[in-house]
Amino acid sequence: MPIPCIEYSDITKSYGDKTILNGLSLSITANITTAIVGASGSGKSTLIQIANGLIIPERGQVSVFGSPITNGKITDKRLAIGYSVQGAGLFPHMSVFENITLMATLQRWSEQDTKIRFHTLMQLLELDRELSDRYPFSLSGGQQQRVSLCRAMMLNPPLLLLDEPFSALDPVTRVSIQQEFLKLQQAETRSMVLVTHDMFEAIKLAQEIIVMRDGRIEQQGSVAEIQNNPASDYVQALFHAGGPVV
Amino acid sequence: MKWSIANPLVLSVLRILMMSLCLIANTAMAGDEPLSITVGSKNFNENYLLAEVISQLFEHAGYEVDRKFGMTGTLIIYEALRTKEVDVYVEYTGTLGQVILNYDGEPSLENLNARLTGEAVEILPSFGFNNTYALAIKRDYADQLGISTVSELVTQPDIEMGFSIEFLNRADGWPGLVSAYGFSQQPTGMDHGLAYQAIDDGTIDVTDAFSTDGDLDRYDLQLLEDDLEFFPHYFGAPLINAELPVDARNIINRLAGLIDDARMRDLNGRVMLDGKSFAEVAGEFLAEEGLVALSDNISATATSIWPRLWRNTLVHVHLTLIALLLGCAVGLPLGITIYRSRRLSRSMLYIAGLLQTVPSIALLALMIPLFGIGQKPAIIALFMYSLLPILRSTITALLTIDPVLKRVAEALGMTRIQQLVHVLVPLALPNVLTGVKTAAIISIGTATLAAFIGAGGLGEPIVTGLALNDTSLILQGAIPAAGLAILTELLFDVLERSLVKPHMLVGQLPT
Repeated sequence: MPIPCIEYSDITKSYGDKTILNGLSLSITANITTAIVGASGSGKSTLIQIANGLIIPERGQVSVFGSPITNGKITDKRLAIGYSVQGAGLFPHMSVFENITLMATLQRWSEQDTKIRFHTLMQLLELDRELSDRYPFSLSGGQQQRVSLCRAMMLNPPLLLLDEPFSALDPVTRVSIQQEFLKLQQAETRSMVLVTHDMFEAIKLAQEIIVMRDGRIEQQGSVAEIQNNPASDYVQALFHAGGPVV
Repeated sequence: MKWSIANPLVLSVLRILMMSLCLIANTAMAGDEPLSITVGSKNFNENYLLAEVISQLFEHAGYEVDRKFGMTGTLIIYEALRTKEVDVYVEYTGTLGQVILNYDGEPSLENLNARLTGEAVEILPSFGFNNTYALAIKRDYADQLGISTVSELVTQPDIEMGFSIEFLNRADGWPGLVSAYGFSQQPTGMDHGLAYQAIDDGTIDVTDAFSTDGDLDRYDLQLLEDDLEFFPHYFGAPLINAELPVDARNIINRLAGLIDDARMRDLNGRVMLDGKSFAEVAGEFLAEEGLVALSDNISATATSIWPRLWRNTLVHVHLTLIALLLGCAVGLPLGITIYRSRRLSRSMLYIAGLLQTVPSIALLALMIPLFGIGQKPAIIALFMYSLLPILRSTITALLTIDPVLKRVAEALGMTRIQQLVHVLVPLALPNVLTGVKTAAIISIGTATLAAFIGAGGLGEPIVTGLALNDTSLILQGAIPAAGLAILTELLFDVLERSLVKPHMLVGQLPT
């Protein structure tokens, strides 16, 4: 069996007296896109932030590509884990170019390598070259989200964590950026974990789906398995509702 | 880079070195440098005037005179004399005995000098007049009440008394008066310069006065007879640095016994009533006494106010700038270090806030026993005031950065330092700059008070003007100070524009 990209074992995390994850164990397959679907508060966002060490669980261990996240310098691990969030999270004082290439500059990439990678990514996400010197405030929501994806992939990380990246976009923009995301999968093979509350987005973009409910795994399987054999009424309802179940 | 002697950098360093050496050598060899002396004064009329008389006398003798006038409070100026920041000032025998030496006996010259041994300070023969404390009351009001002595004042419970702060706190002032006469009234404290106005417009009925005050007549005030003979003698006399050479002492001693009570009142009156400057009256006096020829009079009055204004402004900027730089050097790193810890930030802000609540003048006074007088204590006090706005703005700016951006910066794999340099500090900068600007403007305002402890600056004309009730003098300090504040505001605008991208200033953050 191949090494999973992320492996959680017996993870417990609570905020105050509210337990978000309770002894959760989970393996996420490498080199494909996995969607974690669930309503808000189901623990899905906490789960991926544990993978890059932003959230430290009280109990349990998480390994990325077979190596515990707590081994060695966390900053080095994070360089190999791209991260993009809802609302893009672009640094307002940096231009598009500076936002995307910041980490490459800090990693002392050569100017040429940096520029080549930058233009590759801009093309891949259909961003106009002329946007390079613009500041985030002057970009549309969709453009910002595309820039955020470019930034996450700048160092060509083997693992990409996407925390509801498309949720805040209008439907038209969302559809077009989803198309580019699929192209991206074709262009560069990597492990991607996409957190979303939208089952249809999950079916469209992922090969495997994990349904979460109240900090537990409700069902895990391929897209076909989830569609054909929903494990519970809850999973079933995710299709029928056509949106988040609260 | 090769370090050859022909290297232009090496050459210029050498050149600077040579120039400094020459400069040092010149200073060391300059034997015929003019004699110099520093004359101090307290911040009231008579003391200014006598200090000016002494100064002009020295100038006629070819000395270069540094005037440190207008220091507030006996202890401050005495400390200045003791630490040789001042060579001579005019003290009063009673004050020296009671306030400085804690000596209740007859303050004769011998008694005082015996007690001054070991202090490196010496008192010279008196000018002759006795400027004792007295209680002053409006003449017609005294007539109306039918009182003429201090004892009779005790029997007037409704009378409003306002005293100078120093009088209220001196053993030979109000506290002693209370035990000697048995007063039960509660007086209020006010600046001596303002007390006469207050008595004139009826806010108060009685104030402390000096028997040689020139403006007793102007306000038609009557001195109440000290029938129990409580007030000690206050003979005006030069108090000098004991190391002062004989030549200098001889110059000062030419004034001994020359001024009696009436003469002093007359001279004081020329300033207060006739509106002449100290320099003018001092010049007139020296000429009248035949100490200098009138034509020979150094026309201090003719000199323009601009050089002094310029010097005061420079000192003011110097005080403020150093204090502000210190405030930034401590406040910014401190804020950055502790902002993550809620408890540490809270307690540091609490401490800085506490410092802010100490009245400026009290903080300045507290600095004296620790750092003496002059610029050092003033800079330290200003530094303490600048800390709160800088620290608070730094902590708040860092805390209020969008948490998503902090999370992303961390998730991208930046180290703590990289997060700080590339994300946190640039995002916090606009707010931090506002804090530093506030600190700068507070410092410019507060620095005017530094003149009270002899630090100079634009407060000097203000303090003098307050003491003399001279509005134009007050404005000579107040207007440039206001100008400096505006200039600072503009400078920070420029700084902001060069350091912060425009869209970060107007608050147009991405949605």
